[in-house]
Amino acid sequence: MEILVPILSAAIRSGTPILYATLGEILTEKAGVLNLGLEGLMLLGAFSGFSATMVTGNPWLGLAVAVLVGMLVSAIHAFLCVSMGANQVVSGLAITMFGTGLSALLGKAYVGETIRGIGVMPVPLLEKIPILGPVFFNHDPLVYASYLLVGFLCWFIASTRWGLTLRAVGENPRAVDSAGLNVTLLRYAYTMIGGGFAALGGAYLSVVYTQMWVEMMTAGRGWIAVALVIFGIWNPLRAAFGSYLFGGVGALQLRIQAAGTTIPAPLLLMLPYVLTIAVLVAISIKKGKGILLGAPAALGQPFHREERD
Amino acid sequence: MSAPFRVERRLDCPAWLNWAIPVGAVATALLAGAVLLFFLGVSPLAAYTAMFRGALGDAWGLSETIVKAIPLTLAGLAVGLSFTMVVWNIGAEGQLVMGALAAVAVVRYAFVDSAPVMFFLMFVAAALAGGLWAGFAGFLKARWSVNEIITTLMMNYIAILLTEYFIYGPWRDPSSLGFPMTAPFPAAARLAVLGGTRVHVGLILAIFLALLFRVLYRWTRWGFELRVIGNNANAARYAGMDYMKNVLLAMFVSGAVAGIAGMIEVAGLQGRIQPGFSAGYGYTAIIVAWLARLNPVGTVFVSFLLGALLVGGDTLQVVMRLPLASVQVLQGLILFCVLGGEFFRNYRIVPVGKGE
Repeated sequence: MEILVPILSAAIRSGTPILYATLGEILTEKAGVLNLGLEGLMLLGAFSGFSATMVTGNPWLGLAVAVLVGMLVSAIHAFLCVSMGANQVVSGLAITMFGTGLSALLGKAYVGETIRGIGVMPVPLLEKIPILGPVFFNHDPLVYASYLLVGFLCWFIASTRWGLTLRAVGENPRAVDSAGLNVTLLRYAYTMIGGGFAALGGAYLSVVYTQMWVEMMTAGRGWIAVALVIFGIWNPLRAAFGSYLFGGVGALQLRIQAAGTTIPAPLLLMLPYVLTIAVLVAISIKKGKGILLGAPAALGQPFHREERD
Repeated sequence: MSAPFRVERRLDCPAWLNWAIPVGAVATALLAGAVLLFFLGVSPLAAYTAMFRGALGDAWGLSETIVKAIPLTLAGLAVGLSFTMVVWNIGAEGQLVMGALAAVAVVRYAFVDSAPVMFFLMFVAAALAGGLWAGFAGFLKARWSVNEIITTLMMNYIAILLTEYFIYGPWRDPSSLGFPMTAPFPAAARLAVLGGTRVHVGLILAIFLALLFRVLYRWTRWGFELRVIGNNANAARYAGMDYMKNVLLAMFVSGAVAGIAGMIEVAGLQGRIQPGFSAGYGYTAIIVAWLARLNPVGTVFVSFLLGALLVGGDTLQVVMRLPLASVQVLQGLILFCVLGGEFFRNYRIVPVGKGE
C-alpha cells in the first residue's frame, strides 16, 4: 500500500487534464456534435493559459483566458458543423491541425520560460484520512473542481430538465425542435462549453502540472479523451475512472524510467497508445456488434430544420 | 423583421462550382492567413511573395514542389480510398512510416545488388507493412466495430515511436557520430532521378496509381461497391455487398498505398530515416483528399498545390524566420474554408421575394 499511494496520487494528477477534455466531449457528443478537435483545443488552451499567466502573473486569469480561447475556436467547429452542415470528422481534424499549428507558431517565443502556476493545497481534515487522504485530497484546486464537476454532470445529465433537453438534442433533434426549443443554439452552446473544458484540460498541463510550455505537449491526450468518451459510454463517472487509469499508466511509466530500466524509452512511451486501442477493443467486444449503448442516435448528423429526415 | 435573403437547397450543382469552390476556399484561407500574418507583424504581401517565389519561382523550387507532391499524391489516394466508403483512415502518417521502416529493413537484411530486385522487395515489404498496419484497424472495425478514427490515429503515435526505437537503438548508423539516423541506402536501393533534379521516378508511380484508382472507381465492380457503401451502407447490404470484407480490403489497400509513399520517400529522396523524416505527409494527405473531393486525378493536382505550400513554408522559415507551424495553420484554414465552401454546393442564397 505504501508504494501504491504515490502512484495513485500521481494517477489522479496526470489524469485530470484528460478528464476535463473527456467531460467536455461528453457534453458536446450528448448534444449530437462530434468534436475531434480536442487535441488542437488542448494545445491552444495550454499555450494561451501559459502565456496569459506569464503576462498577467495570475494563473487563474490564465486559466480563464484558456477557457475563452477554447470556446472561441470550438465556435468555428460549431459554425461549420451546425450552421453549414459540414462533415464533423473533417472539421474536427481541421480544428486539430489549426490548433496544433497556431499554438506552435505563437508559442515559439514562450518555450523555455517559467511561470508561477497553481500549487498543491491539501484539503484540511480530509487529507488526514489514511490512504484516501493522500490519494484524493492532497492536490491542487483544479483536481477538487474536477471531482465536483464529475458529480455535477452525473446529476445534470441524468436528473435535470436541462439534462433531458441535452440528451434529446443528441437523440432526436426534431423532437426538441417540435417542442419549441432551438436546436442550433443548444448545439452551439454545448460545443463551445465542451471546447472550453478541453482548453482548460490543456491549460492544466501548462499552468498547473508542468508549469511550462512545450510544443505538442499534450502528446495525444486529446485523442485519448475522444477514446475515453466511448470507453466511458458517455458517462462522466466512468470517464473519470478511464482518465485516472491513463493517468496511472503515465505515472507508472515515468517511475519505471526513473528507476532505471533496460526497456528502451520509446517502447515505454507507447504504453498509453497501446492501452487506448486495448480499452476500445475491450468495450467494443463487450457491447457486441452494432451500435454502442449510450452513443447519441443523432451523433455526427447535421440537423436541417426545414427538411424532412 | 426577417433577413433580406433566404437559404434554398440546390437541386443540382452547376459545373462551374466544382472548381470555383476549391479555388475560392484556398483564396479565402490565404486571406485569413494574411490577417494572421499582419497581426504577427509580418507583411502578408512579402510573405506570400516569398512563398510563391520559393515554391514556383525557379526550377529548383518547382522540382522541390514536385518532390513533395509525390508522397502527398500517394497518401492522398490512400486516405481518399477509405473516405470513399466512409471509413476514416486517419493513420496514413503511421502507415507511411511503417512502409519506410520496411524499406530500411529490406536494405538491412536482404543482400541483393540488383536494383530491380531490390525495388521489388522494398515495394512489396512497404505495401505489406503499411497494409497490415491499417488492416489491423480495419479488422477491429469490421469484427467488433471498434472506432477506426482513434485506432488509426493511436497507431500513428506507435509507428513513430517504433521508428524512434530503431533509429536510436538497433538500426542507428554506427558512422553517424551519434546522430539518430539509419545508415544511408546503397546505390542499388535508390530510385532513379529524372535529369539533374531531385525528382525521382516515384512521380511516374504516383501518376500511374492515380490513373489506376480512377479506373478502379469508375469501371470495376469493387470500385462500384466502395462507392455504394459510401453513399448508403444499408442499400449496399440489401444488394448483398459484404461490408466486412470491403472494410478489411479497403483499409489494407489504403495502408499499402500509404506504405509505398513512405518507401518512395526514403528510397527516392532521403536514402535513410531520421527523426521527422515525413513532414506530416499523412496528415496533409487528408486535406489533399478532401480538397480533391476524393477524385484520384484531382488528387495529383491538389498535391502539387499543397506541395507548393510546404515548400513555400520552408522558404518562409528561412527568409522570414517564421516557424514551420505557420504552414500547419494555413492548412487548417484551408480545410475550414473547403468545408464551409461545401455548403454552397448544396445550398444557394437567394434574395427574399424572388423565385417564390
